[in-house]
Amino acid sequence: MSNVPANLKYADSHEWILDQGDGTVTIGITDHAQALLGDLVFVELPEVGAQLTAGDECGVVESVKAASDIYAPVSGEVIEINHALEDSPELVNSDPYAAGWIFKLKLDSTAELTGLLTANAYSELVAAEA
Amino acid sequence: MQRTPFYQKHLDAGAKMVDFAGWEMPIHYGSQLQEHKQVRSDAGMFDVSHMVVLDLQGAEAKPYLLKLLANNVDKLKESGKALYSCMLNEQGGVIDDLIVYYLSDTAYRIVVNAGTREKDLAWMRQQLQGFDATLTERSDLAMLAVQGPNARAKVFSLMPADEIAIAELLKPFYGAQIGSWFIARTGYTGEDGFEMMFPAEQAEKVWDALVGAGIPPIGLGARDTLRLEAGMNLYGTDMDETTSALTSGLGWTIAWEPANRDFIGRQALEAEKAVGVQQKFVGLVLEGKGVLRSHMKVTCEAGEGEITSGTFSPSLGLAIALARVPVACGEQCSIEIRGKLYPAKVVKPVFVRQGQSVLS
Repeated sequence: MSNVPANLKYADSHEWILDQGDGTVTIGITDHAQALLGDLVFVELPEVGAQLTAGDECGVVESVKAASDIYAPVSGEVIEINHALEDSPELVNSDPYAAGWIFKLKLDSTAELTGLLTANAYSELVAAEA
Repeated sequence: MQRTPFYQKHLDAGAKMVDFAGWEMPIHYGSQLQEHKQVRSDAGMFDVSHMVVLDLQGAEAKPYLLKLLANNVDKLKESGKALYSCMLNEQGGVIDDLIVYYLSDTAYRIVVNAGTREKDLAWMRQQLQGFDATLTERSDLAMLAVQGPNARAKVFSLMPADEIAIAELLKPFYGAQIGSWFIARTGYTGEDGFEMMFPAEQAEKVWDALVGAGIPPIGLGARDTLRLEAGMNLYGTDMDETTSALTSGLGWTIAWEPANRDFIGRQALEAEKAVGVQQKFVGLVLEGKGVLRSHMKVTCEAGEGEITSGTFSPSLGLAIALARVPVACGEQCSIEIRGKLYPAKVVKPVFVRQGQSVLS
């Protein structure tokens, strides 16, 4: 079974969102998503300064076999990206919720966070997909 | 969906199963990258029982194959010798690629792809009309490939001395019947090893013995990255009925001599050569980071081409691909990835052999 930490919010496109409480969020892909993709060999990161709208394609995770888009789960400006993934994309597989984070956003509006899935709702979505 | 005799063993080993040509097959058992490295550095086994084993027997088996295959079975003089060949249609397109083992002038064993089973059998039976020979499908056999630098030694550790004596003498691309088994020093990884066919009822026992000898199972995912690194074509991806063998890196498998051997597809290929072959089959190495995939557009000074198979090479840590490009394409090209152009080097279509990079 995949790991779905209770303290995070989720998007149905399989990103997780950690609310830092200061108007910024950290975003990555879920344990379920990394397991589906298999061993990652390349992560195309968004650019710092990019202004994203919820639903925008903003990066790509590629495993040996497949490429999958990363979507912005909420709107905001990219303020930091995880450069460690440029040389070690496998961090997304081994530690998807910590060392494998992908980018940080400065939120346009914290109100958008309420539209995201809770851990329970995301777990149900994953179970329904299986 | 069909299952091989190893189906339960795959599940027990934690395989992620996928549909491959109508068969439930393992894509990996946890980590495709680790499985790839296991084969390059030690040994691993592949369930290839979905592939189709055919026995051809009869007084006219040889004249039949001389017509059916683009490579020349008359090269085969020693029992057990294998030959890689294309089976072409009249237009010179590739119906399938296959391996034929010579047992005698009246007995051959042929292994064709699983995904092309129905059309291959229909074509082969149609062409068989008028020849005194019979074609028998050996679905009673299971097939495993054991590949890697330590593969042969590990297989020997399980064999009685009299069988080792036979198997040890097998040169690359030779096979031998040993009791109810057929063992050949062939494979699809660029590593040393064996492909072994044996009665399906022995499958689980053989699997357990090989695992016990330190040969873990490897999924189809790693099989694909291993063959691509070795520069070996994949049917349906690198060539098919709409592509000529001459633009698929398979010219070396066409036996033009003797000139009077009228194999199927010969006239079309000769006509293609007469007007000049327009494309060539090359290897590509991406210079930056990323992953190459099939159908990506390749642009060079001489024009445009297309990637037929692409991947990330676990052995090299680089993106590599096989591609069909204009004949005049030089040493550099660009590849379009998600709308942007990235530089790549054009190389011979082989990247890794016996664990070593062959890139200069």
